[in-house]
Amino acid sequence: MTVTIIKYNAGNIYSVEYALKRLGVEALITSDKETILASDKVIFPGVGEAGTTMQHLKATGLDRLIVDLKQPVLGICLGMQLLCRASEEGNANCLNIFDVEVKRFIPHKHEDKIPHMGWNNIWKFQSALFTGLTLGDYVYFVHSYYVPLNDYTIAEADYILPFSAAIQKNNFYATQFHPEKSGKVGERILQNFINL
Amino acid sequence: MLAKRIIPCLDIKNGKTVKGVNFINFRDAGDPVELGCVYSEQGADELVYLDITASHEGRKTFTELVKRVAATISIPFTVGGGIYELQDVDRLLNAGADKVSVNSAAIKNPHLIEEIAMHYGTQVCVVAVDANIENGQWRCYLNGGRIPTDKELFAWTKEAENRGAGEILFTSMTHDGVKAGYANEALAMLSDNLNIPVIASGGAGCMEHFLDVFAIGKADAALAASVFHFGEIRIPELKRYLSEKGIAVRET
Repeated sequence: MTVTIIKYNAGNIYSVEYALKRLGVEALITSDKETILASDKVIFPGVGEAGTTMQHLKATGLDRLIVDLKQPVLGICLGMQLLCRASEEGNANCLNIFDVEVKRFIPHKHEDKIPHMGWNNIWKFQSALFTGLTLGDYVYFVHSYYVPLNDYTIAEADYILPFSAAIQKNNFYATQFHPEKSGKVGERILQNFINL
Repeated sequence: MLAKRIIPCLDIKNGKTVKGVNFINFRDAGDPVELGCVYSEQGADELVYLDITASHEGRKTFTELVKRVAATISIPFTVGGGIYELQDVDRLLNAGADKVSVNSAAIKNPHLIEEIAMHYGTQVCVVAVDANIENGQWRCYLNGGRIPTDKELFAWTKEAENRGAGEILFTSMTHDGVKAGYANEALAMLSDNLNIPVIASGGAGCMEHFLDVFAIGKADAALAASVFHFGEIRIPELKRYLSEKGIAVRET
């Protein structure tokens, strides 16, 4: 089993590597196209800004590589948003695996602080990614933009409004939350992805 | 529902945990990574590691510690202390920290907040403020509460938010170490005044104080040190208590 973590100009990709190591999986952080193409599983992490990150992906040709991947791919946080058609963040055109537009949270009342930061419940699981979890389990979120509910939604969360906690289409899986920072629940999700 | 967060704080000197009582007189409270693991297992929602060593050597030790924490612990953690410029932020994020907390450096050079937010996103930038109530005014302090400034708490935190702070960590020097409860009145005003999460710090002595800081102080997260380090409050019991009182918490 080989797992690669796509290296690009995004912060905090090491925590994914560490989380996999705790599961006994040695992942490779790389931007080398051959290595990524040849691996069994690909993780597309990300903390950062959509517009600038898309520019970087285009400049390096990683954009075309990602959309052509055939093995299971897991996008995390910004990685999930970049797999969508477009994002309101920096008016970015993204990778268009998922034909959905990423929106910015609009607060309804003062208590609706942005970013949505901290532990929140997920439910309405529709994927093997969530095997072994309990409805309402808590995972860790940090984001100001969200993927609306759509045909690809495989788990929901609620902050200001119900939104996609995770989406899936064919071999592409993605979570808005950070499984690598979500304690035992997150470890189970990563293990489930590795087991796919 | 978004859970209220419980955050144990570990003060680190030369790679070991210490806890100040009113910012002086340190007592030893154990190995930082081991302690972090215990808290994570018990259901802590995040951890804060504050480097209170000033020396260059101490800072290297701390960076190594951050790497060990990141490798071991599966919940988010913030690191602070000794952050003066973007290079320090880069070093700590590359070591595996999720967020950085800036305090004195942000007061001395407010532009640092914008730089951090621009390079790494606002979610990475926690602005910590130590303030003391003086003649009815909350005055901000530098250097762990040693040097008074002319900054006022509400004005400064609003400025920090506008510059790109992702969270405010407010320590009331008036309440810190006294164990008589958090600065709930000021915290509620902060929370009303800001659109970013507020982490309350200083004053936790018993479980009721946590209930009050969420219900009255409107805090998004509560930070404490000694009550956890010395086992006076256990996190699973605290969370059960808060849950029974109707506060949304993550029970594990």
